[in-house]
Amino acid sequence: MRSVTVVGASLAGLSAVRALRAEGFEGDITVVGKELHLPYDRPPLSKDFLKGDVDAGSLALSEPDEYEDLEATWLLGEGAVGLDPAARTVTLSGGRELRTDGVVIATGATPRTLPAADGLAGVHTLRTLDDALALRAELRDGMPRVVVIGAGFIGAEVASTAHRLGLHVTVVEAQEVPLERQLGRDMGRLAAALHSDHGVDLRCGTGVTGFSGDRRVTGVHLADGRVLPADVVVIGVGVRPATDWLIGSGVDLDDGVVCDSGCATAVPGVVAVGDIARCPNPFTGRHARIEHWSNANEQSRTAVRTLLSGTSAAPPATAPYFWSDQYGVRIQLAGHVPAGAEARVVEGDIDSRSFAAVYEVAGAPVAAVAMNRPKLFNRLRRRLTPALAAVGS
Amino acid sequence: MITVCRIEDLPPGESIRVTEGVPAPVALFHTEEGEVYAIDDTCSHQDASLSDGWLEGCYVECPLHAAFFDLRTGAPTCAPAKFPVRTHQVSVENGHVLLHVSVGEPA
Ligand code: FES
Repeated sequence: MRSVTVVGASLAGLSAVRALRAEGFEGDITVVGKELHLPYDRPPLSKDFLKGDVDAGSLALSEPDEYEDLEATWLLGEGAVGLDPAARTVTLSGGRELRTDGVVIATGATPRTLPAADGLAGVHTLRTLDDALALRAELRDGMPRVVVIGAGFIGAEVASTAHRLGLHVTVVEAQEVPLERQLGRDMGRLAAALHSDHGVDLRCGTGVTGFSGDRRVTGVHLADGRVLPADVVVIGVGVRPATDWLIGSGVDLDDGVVCDSGCATAVPGVVAVGDIARCPNPFTGRHARIEHWSNANEQSRTAVRTLLSGTSAAPPATAPYFWSDQYGVRIQLAGHVPAGAEARVVEGDIDSRSFAAVYEVAGAPVAAVAMNRPKLFNRLRRRLTPALAAVGS
Repeated sequence: MITVCRIEDLPPGESIRVTEGVPAPVALFHTEEGEVYAIDDTCSHQDASLSDGWLEGCYVECPLHAAFFDLRTGAPTCAPAKFPVRTHQVSVENGHVLLHVSVGEPA
């Protein structure tokens, strides 16, 4: 293999480039990025960056001297629109064709939107640096009334940041309990309580039926007939893997790129990493896309080894890990919470929003969650057993 | 120089965070090999307390994004941290852990 094209210039893409060089690959590396920016860190976009505490420069994931050492060619501002494995080409939106021996798919995901809001100014999703800049400008212009749709992690972080900016915030969540699928019912209720702790209005079990406003949004219509006045709306209802450019390529697509545990796709010489890769995961017990920062980082080494050796390499052994900062509370989650499992607090207490807890299957810890208890959390996280092994034992 | 604690209060494998009498929080570690090290407590990457980190030999793993820092030099050994943290002199005298805080830029 003499040339590799990494499609996607985010954390997963950069990690893949680092892994290629770390594994001794000396050939040409080309990175294709739809955005104009070199890789930057996304988690602060809903937190300190959105609030205005840090600037774009501090989000850079690398430095000029590392870029020099990596010796990759960065083609930014143009996305990929096609992959032809037989011809070994990646086609860019401008029509250019890149010939390549190997391909790393790292195009991630794009936020879901609500069609009813299409074309309305003041309605935002948050994924990219440009998204964050646009939202930040509107949040800091006067005292807009903010409605956040979706009380998942992104929605909660945006609500928390808007609240810290002194804005009036309402959060609308379609489920009865937010984050129940990720955290279980009890912890989901606790996540809901973080909003009310700070006087942020959370409406659960309420769908959104439409929007009012002509060119600019003025209100959000709820299924129960009420209308929430709104100057700024943020939609945080999950993401869709960015696989459109792979349709017809022969790569197996099903809510992401279907891979084996070594990140190999159905097409030889093509691997996938990060949010887009749906690999069998011992912790979830099935194919799963892990939309976590730490996964983008760790999975790349596996994918690159698979690509360079031609045989599937071992997946990262660590449990999926994720964190969220909201309302002055750091939530950390590792492993996978099986349906119906509830957390057992092992230290601290829930009322003080400072505790560490584990989820168990057949007596074995399969997931851990903590609020403001990083030290114990990191010990618990290292003892987690994949859910499958726990059931099997 | 400040007296932090008695060495029994910082057994091998443990860490402690010092906030009083120092310009910025300092993390002290007692390694399994018996050495005591002190570095800036706040990770050079983002907002995390290194005294909450995972101690492995003479390295600590940041509890938030898992950057490793060498306790002897303060240098990060992997991403996402790009910059070192400051190291501080620490000594054990008559069973007391003494901290001499350095001021100025990291090495
Ligand atoms: S805060 Fe320490 S590695 Fe990110």
